[in-house]
Amino acid sequence: MAKKRTIRTIPQQRTPVREQEPAERVKNFSEVSRGYGQKDALVESERCLLCPDQPCVRGCPVGIDIPGFIEKIGQKDFHGAYDVIAATNLLPAVCGRVCPQESQCEGVCIVGQTLEPVAIGRLERFVGDRAIAEGWTSVPYIEHNDFRVGIVGSGPAGMACAADMAKAGCDVTVYEAFHQAGGVLKYGIPDFRLPNDVVDAEIRNLSKLGVKFECNTLVGRLFTIEQMVDEMGFQAVFIGTGAGYPAMLGIPGDSLNGVLSANELLTRCNLMRAKEFPNYDTPLSIGRRVAVVGAGNTAMDAMRVCLRLGAEKVYCIYRRSRAECPARSEEVHHAEEEGVEFHWLTNPVEILGDGKGNVRGMRCVRMELGEPDDSGRRRPVVVAGSEHEIDVDLVVFAIGTNANPIMGQTSKLKLDKRGYIDTDADLATSVAGVFAGGDIVTGAATVIEAMGAGRTAARSMKAYLGLRDAAATYVGDSAGGAGRCFGIDSRESNFVRVRVA
Amino acid sequence: MAMSTFEIVAREDFSDVTYLLEIRHPMMARAARAGQFVIVMAHEHGERIPLTIADFDRDKGTITLVIQAVGKTTKEMQQRCKVGAALHAVVGPMGIPSPVSGAKKVICVGGGLGVAPIFPQARAFKENGAYVIGVLGFRSKDLMFWTDKFNDCCDELIVCTDDGSSGIKGLVTEGIRRAIEKHPDVDECVAIGPTVMMRGCAEATRAHKIKTIVSLNPVMVDGTGMCGGCRVKVGGEVKFACVDGPDFDGHLVDFDDLISRLRRFATEEKAARERWSESCRMMTTPNLGALASQSSGPAAGGVSTELLELPDPYDEVRGG
Repeated sequence: MAKKRTIRTIPQQRTPVREQEPAERVKNFSEVSRGYGQKDALVESERCLLCPDQPCVRGCPVGIDIPGFIEKIGQKDFHGAYDVIAATNLLPAVCGRVCPQESQCEGVCIVGQTLEPVAIGRLERFVGDRAIAEGWTSVPYIEHNDFRVGIVGSGPAGMACAADMAKAGCDVTVYEAFHQAGGVLKYGIPDFRLPNDVVDAEIRNLSKLGVKFECNTLVGRLFTIEQMVDEMGFQAVFIGTGAGYPAMLGIPGDSLNGVLSANELLTRCNLMRAKEFPNYDTPLSIGRRVAVVGAGNTAMDAMRVCLRLGAEKVYCIYRRSRAECPARSEEVHHAEEEGVEFHWLTNPVEILGDGKGNVRGMRCVRMELGEPDDSGRRRPVVVAGSEHEIDVDLVVFAIGTNANPIMGQTSKLKLDKRGYIDTDADLATSVAGVFAGGDIVTGAATVIEAMGAGRTAARSMKAYLGLRDAAATYVGDSAGGAGRCFGIDSRESNFVRVRVA
Repeated sequence: MAMSTFEIVAREDFSDVTYLLEIRHPMMARAARAGQFVIVMAHEHGERIPLTIADFDRDKGTITLVIQAVGKTTKEMQQRCKVGAALHAVVGPMGIPSPVSGAKKVICVGGGLGVAPIFPQARAFKENGAYVIGVLGFRSKDLMFWTDKFNDCCDELIVCTDDGSSGIKGLVTEGIRRAIEKHPDVDECVAIGPTVMMRGCAEATRAHKIKTIVSLNPVMVDGTGMCGGCRVKVGGEVKFACVDGPDFDGHLVDFDDLISRLRRFATEEKAARERWSESCRMMTTPNLGALASQSSGPAAGGVSTELLELPDPYDEVRGG
């Protein structure tokens, strides 16, 4: 065992990752980041202090044992590292790529107080990619029970919940409305950030756990949540349908052809493969000059897709400043490198038509930051007399989503004021046995937060079904005897595994 | 990944361009209601197109689609979708079912392809005890279909043809005019057909203050409210046809906006259609095709040019 690492003895520089050159990558849909090679990963693993405090684990929405897997990498035990991650996160190759690490694990890393934080995301991706390449899966011993669990939506929340329930021994079926499973990972996030075959590989791992996927199934309309519980034999149901109902700009001209939501643009390009039109039938016309309104991850993805589809100029129109921009910093950086022109503190007021139903430009105003608003961010206010026009022929809006109405239309689930599904802290809905999590409960958030919600719901479902939760620790009554019945802690409320001899 | 198959169990051709497919989907046959639609992908590389459910048979476990071959996808389906073949994807039933009201006297208008999806509505009204007046519009007699089915569920049936080869000569709006003249107490009108036709119907009933429901058919991708491509303006508000519709109050719909938005992919659609027609020609009659493309312009192709010049994309009813 090497001597104790200190901030002085570890490699001082964060190991750089190989990336495609901006000039090159803007012409293709291959991944921007090539990821760490084994040598890079070994060097970077040295930078973890393996500190006892482990703030990174608390910073992770699913609580991955981060120092644990980094230590395994250092020992060149990559399979071991995968097992450590897979104990809490079934999708390391996805999360390593799309988590906003700078505001989660890496944001609280002790090393980051002095140097650049340990590149936890890149290390996680390295392990995840290695697992896919080697065909590793982490299928634990599963003791099957008689419970059937239905999951609505095959995005990150649904996948995480499905994995946990399958491991707990349930017979799990995931329903997806699209013709392919994966949810936002498939239709939303573009290949240059998260290749679809990585998503497919992670889905295959779920299948190996026994999870069944049923695509082309619109729950609510083909059958209702109540039918799943009452007629189809599901003892518990999880709803992870995502937010999906794009918010409109609500300014004159927003129904012109050439104005579309980022969701539509990305779905056409990523899932329907309009980028390979006419080899694929779905069309997508990209303008010469594109304005994307919004500055979240979805906006960044939309802008970079437009560049790759041949737009000459792509503008980012955002009413706040760069400091408030909600996208992952790496995505903003990549977008900048690729030539996106950022118009911070700019707000559209009207989309201008060419008289034939198409877009010819956009009228904007400049903004300045005033007092903080409810979100704690400084409220943008219009600068008087700052109206100006920009010349664009495509406008993409990526300004968030509202609640999808299908669940509310077709079930008795209680909704909150904004139309999202109302749940308690354990993510139980108003219908017994039905749980919900992810964007359909919280509104638009991140992949890993959705996965976290999926796992929280899984814990609640196990409790609801009376299944032992392997992740929870059941401490015996210190007094001994009193709270126990046949040697089982009564607080577990779990007699499922008791067999009468 | 489990992937169900969507087998075509029956097919009927009403004309050169209109065909019916009956697809096995017992679950959907149970769930479907009048006014709902499905999204179909013909093959793995296909686009997702919305098609109204024209009928469903809960005993046989099938749903029926009536399709007009106007775009690349619908023409390709016309060629490929033989009995025994399967579609890549069929998802639904989507949209809010038509609220078959307790109206006592109803006009059910179907124009062209809209004749198919108006059928389950007419039947539902009849089952609700309404007096149902069917108004069906076709270009000509040889394009007519399902008039027998309508005769069974309508108390009166008015057929209109553009050329007068059957029924009255004129548009469905003429049929509506006659129906209202004869029955001033009509309390509801439901119209499904090309967008311009539905606009005409809404105008025909507006003066009489007869509630008029139209079924809108904008461009869609997912059909679940996620993309917003199908947004329409109704009474000054933005609605998504896929989850807030597809039925709306015809007197409130901004039809100009809808017609403009239906032309959104006109260029791409035309190019795809021409490319596809060209490739068919090359496959079926390679020598002739090569000759034709060399000698004279595109108009000299082997396929009837009339086929290529069928209605603008906006003129079709939920058909590719």
